[in-house]
Amino acid sequence: MAEGRNPVAVASLLLPATLLFIAVLVIPLIMTVLLSFYSWGQYTGIVEDFTAENWIEVFTDPYFGEIFLRTLRISFLATLLAALFGAPEAYILKRMNPRWRGLFMLVILGPLLMSVVARTLGWALLFGGNNGVANQFLMGIGLIDAPLPFMFTETGVVIALAHVMMPFMVLSVWASLQRLDPQVENAARSLGASQFTVVRRVLLPQIMPGILSGSIIVFALSASAFATPAIIGGRRLKVASTLAYDEFLNTLDWPLGAAVAVLLLIGIVLIIVASNALVERRYAEVFR
Amino acid sequence: MKKNGFLALAFHTVFVIFMVAPILVVCVVAFTPEGFLSLPTNGLSLRWFRAIADYPEFIRAFWTSVYLGAVSSTIAVILAVPAALAFSRYAFPGKGALSAFFLSPLMIPHVVLGIAFLRFFTQGGISGTMTALIIAHVVVVFPFALRLTLSAATGMDRSIESAAISLGASNFTLFRRVTLPLILPGVISGWALSFIQSFDEVTMTVFLAAPGTETLPVRMFLYVQDNIDPLVTSVSAVVIAITMAVLIILDRLYGLDAVLSGHSDRNS
Amino acid sequence: MSFLELSDLRKTYGNVVALENFNLSVEKGEFISLLGPSGCGKTTTLQMIAGFTEPTSGRIVLGGRDLVSMPPAKRGLGIVFQSYALFPHLTAAENVAFGLEMRGIDRASREERVREALAMVGLKGYEDRYPRRMSGGQQQRVAVARALVIRPEILLLDEPLSNLDAKMREEMQSELLSIQRRLGTTTILVTHDQQEAMALSNRVVVMSKGRIEQIATPVEAYNNPASSFVASFLGKTNTLSGEIRGGTLVVGEFRAAVSGADGPVAVTLRPEKMRFDSTGLRGTVTARVFQGNCWSYQVQTAQGEVLVLRQNDGQPLPVEGDAVFLSWSPADMGLRREGLSHG
Repeated sequence: MAEGRNPVAVASLLLPATLLFIAVLVIPLIMTVLLSFYSWGQYTGIVEDFTAENWIEVFTDPYFGEIFLRTLRISFLATLLAALFGAPEAYILKRMNPRWRGLFMLVILGPLLMSVVARTLGWALLFGGNNGVANQFLMGIGLIDAPLPFMFTETGVVIALAHVMMPFMVLSVWASLQRLDPQVENAARSLGASQFTVVRRVLLPQIMPGILSGSIIVFALSASAFATPAIIGGRRLKVASTLAYDEFLNTLDWPLGAAVAVLLLIGIVLIIVASNALVERRYAEVFR
Repeated sequence: MKKNGFLALAFHTVFVIFMVAPILVVCVVAFTPEGFLSLPTNGLSLRWFRAIADYPEFIRAFWTSVYLGAVSSTIAVILAVPAALAFSRYAFPGKGALSAFFLSPLMIPHVVLGIAFLRFFTQGGISGTMTALIIAHVVVVFPFALRLTLSAATGMDRSIESAAISLGASNFTLFRRVTLPLILPGVISGWALSFIQSFDEVTMTVFLAAPGTETLPVRMFLYVQDNIDPLVTSVSAVVIAITMAVLIILDRLYGLDAVLSGHSDRNS
Repeated sequence: MSFLELSDLRKTYGNVVALENFNLSVEKGEFISLLGPSGCGKTTTLQMIAGFTEPTSGRIVLGGRDLVSMPPAKRGLGIVFQSYALFPHLTAAENVAFGLEMRGIDRASREERVREALAMVGLKGYEDRYPRRMSGGQQQRVAVARALVIRPEILLLDEPLSNLDAKMREEMQSELLSIQRRLGTTTILVTHDQQEAMALSNRVVVMSKGRIEQIATPVEAYNNPASSFVASFLGKTNTLSGEIRGGTLVVGEFRAAVSGADGPVAVTLRPEKMRFDSTGLRGTVTARVFQGNCWSYQVQTAQGEVLVLRQNDGQPLPVEGDAVFLSWSPADMGLRREGLSHG
């Protein structure tokens, strides 16, 4: 019991979940990889031969290249936006009176659990073509003269994605702020550091792991986001996941859609694993 | 600790407005008395909330979502509790790999899961059925259920279990009378988080749902794809209100950042 | 055969030996302390008696029954854990009743015994309190009542007082002792606090690095430590080097008649056994610290620094800088020859 070595007990406790995962996660994923090597024709449907033609098409047709590049660009910008705004906000929350903090935590983290469709719908209403609320507001305060195009643009998708992902960034930075010794800031100040120096030399290096791991999460989720780019981007501004959706449910070319999906999966897993390894190596000391 | 300065508070205000604006605008537009999308400048009206009743597919989709969320999170929790006990109580080879395996649905894009499940269920001949949806949702909410039950199980003082054993408790009694009551808060919040995840899931479900098994987010998504009108905003407002209620209850019970940290640490 | 017999117990984790050559016989009604610093193997021993850890080899026999092969739930021992390990979701009374329930004791006599047990530890009226709403001392009492209400053959106490403040600890010590004496329950206490072990137990088992250093009554172990480890663990000790020449012990200027062969010896002396005298080991007081009931002196001698404790009984005492002579009664010192080849 205290030693915790009892193979029979371990196996019987873990078996149900493991079986489920193998049966309905591993097998479907393998089937999808296989599917990506089948061919498809308008009249023949899926033919279970074994060909690399979908993969060749995905890698050679500039149409796909453009979409994957756009996916990366949008995800990167959304991550940047989330980090730029989420990290300072987490710090402000940390310094806030706990009573207010509770309220604002609810306001800022709450959207995480709200329907993505509802949240994106909100942005669609704000952007809403030329007379969206956002444009009216920006023109009202005199920041712009003519309405900016938000709907069906990358800018709009980036803003909406940054909003959808923001709570993850705030949470991640918040968690690293929680681990800080509050006296360290005072120590720096007692040694004569200005507020700016404290933030730059003492605080930022310590919360950098939080910002980076938050960025990894936000980037991965942005790259695989579906509902937000589908609604704000519309049918023309495609990203990888909406492309796979179209191939599957509109064109009905499942093998090609599977190839796009598998490529997206591999790309995201590689990015997560690689950047996690980098962050952990770089900040191994801080993580302790 | 030093207080926030003026600049910080200004930043904070802008930030909060940014976070709240899209949600607020949905809720406000839902009360428009007009027949088209507009801010309700001429008074508030409930006409679009009443209009929901005339679109039974939204009502049906809502109950589908509730049923799907309840069943799949219950199954997920039933599977997660024994797994969490094994992870927290025993040392065994491959432990790290297995826990990464169980958390992997967090890393896999839901589009990919949707495609994989669609192919799998089509081959299995159960495509579009409720059973298929439940299986798929159990897989995607399982990590949330596991995370929270696991943190409850590891956080518990093990000597309490030793005490019960020394007093003569059998394995079953130990679980029923001591372990389960002690990890119950974690189990309940794991269930609640799983439910919300299932209730909100749209990307994967859009591949799997057939006209009879459409969930609310799927119905909303498909509706928005066609046209955006005040009806879908009032439906969204209702969804937001329900989520808010659950959220406030969760926050009161366990503290929101505690519940959500299981949510955010998907890479650790 | 004794009531509880631990023979040749050994426990290894991989290549690490946590415990070896552990032999101990405990008589019925005895209060035994396993005493040592952390990592000495005392907790491992307790865990093995309780059944939460399996010995690598060796036997544990209680009243003629082999315990090792018995699952912990069937051993019928009462255990008080360091963290108390109370069931936080049950009231004090429900906590105490748990073990009785497991034994299938009917409700009426269960309630009776729970009431008695809580009264015994001075918690009458706290039946419906939850542990969270009780102080550390009260939780401790519930834990003791819960362990004793099942009338265990042995009571195991795992550092039970370490989470209490000094005053509470003393109070609980005397209460534990009186309960134990009254019930006559054979008790094994694990502790790193030598004061606690000496105050409570009939015999102490001093342990270090997985081995027993000495098994003796507290007085014996204190006055005649079997090793320098025991000597230093059971309180402060001065070790002086001396020599026996023809029946006389010579330590600096100090002389005393002893029996024994000629040769160098190590002399161990408790600080409170040394006194300031007109003759003896010469030294200078370098510092003194007032400790309330006594003064603690540091005296520099040719033998090195010597610690001396003197009662604060109103007698005139030397101050810093005074030249003094230290002497002691030969009956109070320990003589050892081992390990002295280099002084």
